[in-house]
Parts: sequence; structure tokens; C-alpha cells
Amino acid sequence: MIGPLSAPILQVTNLRKHFGDHVVLASVSLAVPRGSIISVLGRSGTGKSVFLKCLAGLLKPDAGEVRFELGAIEGFGGGCSYLFQGNALFDSMTALENVALPLEQTTRLRRREIVQATRDALKSLGLDKFGDYFPAQLSGGMQKRLALARALVTRPELVLFDEPTAGLDPPARHAVFEMIVRYRQKFDFTALVVTHDISEALAASDRVALLEEGRLHFEGTPAEFAASDDCIVRSFGDSIVTLPTDLDE
Amino acid sequence: MMRLLQAVGQNTLATVAGLGDFATFASRAIVATPDTRYLGRRWVRAVHEQGVRCVPVVTIVGLFTGLVLGLQGYYVLTRFGSTGALGTFVSLTLTRELAPVLGALMIIGQAGSAIAAEIGIHRNSEQIDALTMMGIDPLGYLVTPRLLAAVIVFPILTVAFTLVGLAGGYLSASVLLGLDAGVYWSAVYAAIQYTDFRECLLKALVFGVIAVVICCHSGFTTHRRTGVSGSRAVSVSTTRGVVLASIATLAADYLITSFLV
Repeated sequence: MIGPLSAPILQVTNLRKHFGDHVVLASVSLAVPRGSIISVLGRSGTGKSVFLKCLAGLLKPDAGEVRFELGAIEGFGGGCSYLFQGNALFDSMTALENVALPLEQTTRLRRREIVQATRDALKSLGLDKFGDYFPAQLSGGMQKRLALARALVTRPELVLFDEPTAGLDPPARHAVFEMIVRYRQKFDFTALVVTHDISEALAASDRVALLEEGRLHFEGTPAEFAASDDCIVRSFGDSIVTLPTDLDE
Repeated sequence: MMRLLQAVGQNTLATVAGLGDFATFASRAIVATPDTRYLGRRWVRAVHEQGVRCVPVVTIVGLFTGLVLGLQGYYVLTRFGSTGALGTFVSLTLTRELAPVLGALMIIGQAGSAIAAEIGIHRNSEQIDALTMMGIDPLGYLVTPRLLAAVIVFPILTVAFTLVGLAGGYLSASVLLGLDAGVYWSAVYAAIQYTDFRECLLKALVFGVIAVVICCHSGFTTHRRTGVSGSRAVSVSTTRGVVLASIATLAADYLITSFLV
């Protein structure tokens, strides 16, 4: 487990965002320790995706500060990657072309190196036999893995996951979180996940936060979350499952 | 009265803001050119999308335009005993006006709508946000190759339209109505000056840049459509792109003609 005092890779202070009269984020502050998996929980429509998009710079916050402590691995784009809720894969490109795209466009790697890095990324996620397939020819879970391969191919330090289990059935949801844990260990990135899948998030995360009415109502370890007697927290803590223990090995 | 003034003021501000946004969009697409990697490959695809795919529609419309010009011109000029000027009439009408304008409208109808729809779908499915998150400039990746393709495709297709149109005029005047072919072609040869050709290419170039930027901008701003979302927003963006590009083409035609004539 990663403690709250580990050096933060991302520090968010008093983030605010409103659309018209509707205040989505009233004041959100959060520190994401390097190497951790943090899940931001909340009901649908509480502004989890808006929060993530403000962090990524896809939406401009009204106030507050977002500070990244990122470096880049030489030759690769590095930095921060984003896994979109709908995967955002280019449907007219093959799996190989989708994963190669960020390397082609943002690095000075040679063609041969790009192909090798792309094949390695696909192989790591069990998609090496599907390089010539188009996204529409892959299952939902495989598309999610393909999107993760594209997000990881630039060797980012921080990956932002926007509802990675949206639209998936319970076994597939479990598999996605298992994938995040497994590949976090393999690729050594920090993960910030926004989700409303309480049970999977508690089992896979080092820390969890609960977004409610535009503020982080709770932040702590999964154990603290499960033991909390706060009525709002408890309303989320009904279904806790455990992931296989071999994931930590 | 105050409400009217308020409405006029709001619309004026919105129009000025829209023009500013459009100008910024076009400038950023041009500025992104040197930083766009593998531009050649995407440029070739854009040339195929705007050029090769539009050849049939442009040549067919060019042929029928020439046929109609030959037919109408012949009957009008017969009244004045001036059928010998038919080649001049057809060639100057095509070169100065109809080839650049109708050619551009045909390309807007075929390629412009496809561009607006494709970029609109990119926007809807968060692919443009994904490009931003990958550190790729979406304008450089999606707009710049299409803009550079328009610079070459519109003039070439306009020349093709003109040549096919002249052949159409010959078919209708000489083959169908019996005007001497030598009279027709010699009048064509004598009528077209370098300045006409330059005006024709200049118009095609300007129409191409305006049309492609408008269609790209329309697709790119699909998420800003008020009152609609999803596939309906793509549909609205596509229609808006085609209509605005067509109007802008005709307006630019008037301006260029008034300055050059």
C-alpha cells in the first residue's frame, strides 16, 4: 500500500468548475502519491468525469490549481495518458495503427523502433494476434485493452482512467480492474481512476476518495472507507469483493 | 425597442466572436504545418478524398454545363447572326465564372460534407480529445493535410471542369447543331487570355481554402451545437458546413470578380 505522505505526482488544490448556474465542482483538493492507484468514487452525475477532464486540461477549471510532477522517458512522449470512457479509438485504423499513432506523431523514433514498441505493447496486453484488426472487430474488453495499450505505449508516469468499466458486465469490470493492477505493477505508472464501481475500486486501489456535491466527502484507504460510519460513505460500501491475492506478487 | 437593440447587439457580438474563432482556427491550422509529422501520407489521403473521388461528379457536371452553354448560346447567337462567337461565349463563361464556382460547389457537396461529417464523428467519439491527450495537435493532424490538399485539388479540378465543359460546348454546337468545328475551336483559342486563366486559378484556390476550412471548422465544433447532440449534431454540422461553404464561395466569387474585372 502507498501511504498518503508519498511524494505526490499530482497535486490538485481548490478546483472549481460550474456550467451555468450548476456548480459541478465546488472545491476539490487531492494529492495523488507517485506509484499509487487512487479511485475517485461517486454516483453518476456528480462530476467525476468533469474532474478528470479538468485535470487533463480538456476542460478549463474556473479556479484552483493542478500541478503535475512529471518527467518523460527519453525518446518517448511520457507524461500523462488518458483512458477515455468510450476508448476513443480511431475506428478507421487497425489496432497496430492506433497504438503506433502517439509514437509516430510525438516522438523522433525510427519506423522500425515504433513498430517494435507497438508490437511489444500489444503483446503485453495479449493483443499481438489482433494487430491488423479494426476496433469494431474486437470485443468490448479487447477494445479496452487496446485503448490501454495506446495509453501505455508512450510509457506515461500517470494514467487517468475515466469510468474504465462503463457498459461492461460484472466479470468484465472485475477483469478491467485486475488489468489496471497487473499493468501498474508491470509498467510502473500511477493510476487515477474515476468510477462508480465501489467493490472493484476498493479491492484494487491504494486509496479511495468519494466525490459528493462537488467536494471530496471522504479520502482514505479502502479499509478506512469500509470501516467508516459516515452515512454517505456507508451507502456506497455495500458490496466489497476481493481480487485474487496473487496480484500483489 | 431595447429588446430589439439587445438582440441586434448580442447577434453582432456572436458573429464577431464566431469570425474571430474561425480566423484563429484557420491560422492555427496553417501554423501547425511544420510541426505535423507524417504529413505527406495524410496529404495524399486528403488529395484522394477531395480530388480523385470528386473527378466523376466534376467532369459530369462540367460536360452538361458545356452542353447547355453550347445549346443556349447557339440559339441566342443565331438571332444576331453571330454563331461564330459561340466558342468565345462558352470559353469565357466557363473560365471566368462557371468552372471555378460550379467545380467548387460540386467538391463542397461531395468532399466538404464528408470532411465535416468525419471530423464531427471524431469530435463526438472523443477522438479529438484523445489526440490532445496524446500530445498531437488535432488541427495539424486533421485540418492541415486537408487544407494543403485543397490548394492543389481545387485548381486542378477546375481546369478539368473547363476542359470537359469546352468539349461539351463543342459536342452540342458542332456535333449536334452543325457549327463548324474550326470556327468553334479557333474562337475558344482566341478568347482565353492569360488573365482569364489566372483569374480562374485564383478563384479556385481561394474557394478551396475557404470551403475546406469552413467544413473542417464546422465538424470540429460539433460539440458546440446547441439543442442537439450525438448523430444529430453531426448531421447539423455537416449541413451547416456545406451551406456556409457554398454561400462563402459565392460571396468570395463576387468580391474577387469585382476586384479583378
